[in-house]
Amino acid sequence: MLAAMSGGVDSAVAAARAVEAGHDVVGVHLALSRAGGTLRTGSRGCCTIEDAMDARRVADRLGIPFYVWDFSERFRDDVIEDFVAEYRAGRTPNPCMRCNERIKFAALLERALELGFDAVCTGHYATLREGEDGIELHRSSEEAKDQSYVLGVLTADQLAHCLFPLGETPSKALVRAEAQERGLAVASKPDSYDICFIPDGDTRGWLAEKVGTAPGDIVDRTGAVVGSHDGAHAFTVGQRKGLRLGVPAPDGKPRFVLEVRPVSNTVVVGPREALAIGELAGSRFTWAGAGPAAPHEEFACDVQVRAHADPVAAIAVVRDGELVIRPAEPLHGVAPGQTAVVYVGTRVLGQCTIDRTVSAVPATV
Amino acid sequence: MASDAPERRRVYLDHAATTPLRPEVRDAWLAAHEVVGNASSIHGAGQEARRVLEDARERLAAVLGCQPIEVVFTSGGTEAIGLALQGLWRARSRPADALVLPDGEHHATIDTAGWLAAHEGARIAPVRLDPLGRIPASAFAAALAQDGTALATALVAGNETGTINDAAALARAAAEAGVPLHLDAVAAFGRIPVAFDRWRADAPAGAGLVALSVSGHKLGAPVGTGALVVSRTARLEPVLHGGGQQRGLRAGTQDVAGAVALATAAGLAEAEREAEAARLASLRADFVRELRAVLPEAELLGDPVDRLPGTIHLLLPGAAGESLLFLLDQEGIAVSTGSACQAGVAEPSHVVLAMGRTEREARQVLRVTLGRTTTRDDLGALLRALPVAYRRLVR
Repeated sequence: MLAAMSGGVDSAVAAARAVEAGHDVVGVHLALSRAGGTLRTGSRGCCTIEDAMDARRVADRLGIPFYVWDFSERFRDDVIEDFVAEYRAGRTPNPCMRCNERIKFAALLERALELGFDAVCTGHYATLREGEDGIELHRSSEEAKDQSYVLGVLTADQLAHCLFPLGETPSKALVRAEAQERGLAVASKPDSYDICFIPDGDTRGWLAEKVGTAPGDIVDRTGAVVGSHDGAHAFTVGQRKGLRLGVPAPDGKPRFVLEVRPVSNTVVVGPREALAIGELAGSRFTWAGAGPAAPHEEFACDVQVRAHADPVAAIAVVRDGELVIRPAEPLHGVAPGQTAVVYVGTRVLGQCTIDRTVSAVPATV
Repeated sequence: MASDAPERRRVYLDHAATTPLRPEVRDAWLAAHEVVGNASSIHGAGQEARRVLEDARERLAAVLGCQPIEVVFTSGGTEAIGLALQGLWRARSRPADALVLPDGEHHATIDTAGWLAAHEGARIAPVRLDPLGRIPASAFAAALAQDGTALATALVAGNETGTINDAAALARAAAEAGVPLHLDAVAAFGRIPVAFDRWRADAPAGAGLVALSVSGHKLGAPVGTGALVVSRTARLEPVLHGGGQQRGLRAGTQDVAGAVALATAAGLAEAEREAEAARLASLRADFVRELRAVLPEAELLGDPVDRLPGTIHLLLPGAAGESLLFLLDQEGIAVSTGSACQAGVAEPSHVVLAMGRTEREARQVLRVTLGRTTTRDDLGALLRALPVAYRRLVR
């Protein structure tokens, strides 16, 4: 059993539980950045030498071997470059999901299996169950901390080699208390929130450097120019602040970013109602375990479009190579590039990266 | 996964990283700690410490082939190299600003040179290695002969490859060019003859071989011991300032016990050198022959003749050295990829790259280094485990 150890408290306690459960555990820290810096700063999670050292000291405490594996090239190509490319294409990517999809449960898992491990253990809050049609991924019993959303990209093959020892833990506070009891120095280490490869949490500044800035127009839904911007990548769907529009809306109501069009470097704005999405679809979809029996016929589900969003009842169907999802009530602030995870009850059924959305409110000219 | 069965033997084949403390050295080291007194103090206690220290300096000088006054004790190889390069750079004859730096030097050298380039205007003059990892004396001489050469540095023997350079020829080239030369003998010392005076020969004052670095823990002394030989003719500025100890080149209270430990280890290594070299060369030859039979894919890197007797540098096509290291470690066998580590991450070996190999190949190397405690059984364990690990990764 390989325990992926970020240096944080969750993966530390997960590894400790795996050891206690009698698994033969080896700790592995993923080095994801060549220029990771020496000391932890702010709320970044895992990329400094200090984080690697924290993980190593937990492994020492648990009495397990510990290694640092370098995935910095894969991470650069598959996560950072992808993140930049998605923004360039006007989409809003989730790099943590990419990392799970391509690094933690792909590159790392492949290497682990190659080296003779049976499974990878992580500190995610989600649970695995043996269902009638094989392995199933479910929400954590603790809804507030549930991380099944970010694991939605995992397939049956990957799930078969996963272990999530924290899945049934009622709260993060209990995990911290357990770390304290076990004498793990990371018990009081702050949580990480920011994107790990963006040093100071300044995503826009970082993107401006990578993508470059180019002035362009801000238009309304009729195509009329209502303002200008310094680079379309700086805008995300649903954004209201920082538009600096010169022309007021006819109705005087605030306007929001509805769409980012990278090819013409144009940002489309409109009223809040126009953010309501009646349908979303993506051709890059996977099933987490057994998929629906008849995916080409409409089935009822819940859809969740962000890690901490509430799930919404929906009807889904696979049509023309796309997973098409129609929420029962319109969703707000959904952008292409985001991941839509489809649930049936607590079970993760599958996911797609959103390629396109259809507004619930047709444009009126 | 192999479990940690208590009866399993641990096999240590990474003696170039560090080698076990010799029992005689430990005894001498601990005994020297009983000496009360600061070697710089005037009173009797100080004099006793000074006597023990200078005895050690003389013994070490005898092994290094230099004068006792030329031995500057340091905290290890990195400090010795840093003092040599920074010291020679600071004392250079301006406007000379080039530092002759062969590819494939140790990181203590590369990173010091890089710092001098980034912060003090040093111009790096590289020298390419040949495919066996040698510094070609002719190319080295050509680099030295360029205008504006301030100093030069070179490895006596490669810490990764084990390839031995022609130190006498490199020193001669420096003498002829009138350039001060530092030799990094950390990997070589105790394994092959190191002869400061003979290599320096009749070079003019301040030119030719003027400084040579050694480290204690590579030959059975504790970590934290080392020395820089500084020719009495050298122009070299100190890095540390203070009490004026050691010709004012390395201020700070002198580590008497460390000096004793280093001198004792050096003396033992020199006394046993020929017999031990023959023993290791024989173990190595048998290992290489048997490895060819069980793992014909493995390619031996480095100079097949002029090499450190205990270094086996292997290229294993298609298998990441990092993965092989992991699988062997699971079997209780400690080897190295030979390359530098940052937070435990293996980088592609810059030395293998400098030998004209691809980045892919530079990640597929293993360095196996033998030492005083190495037995035929150790290599037998590696001979059994390595093909299994390799086939697991390359199917």
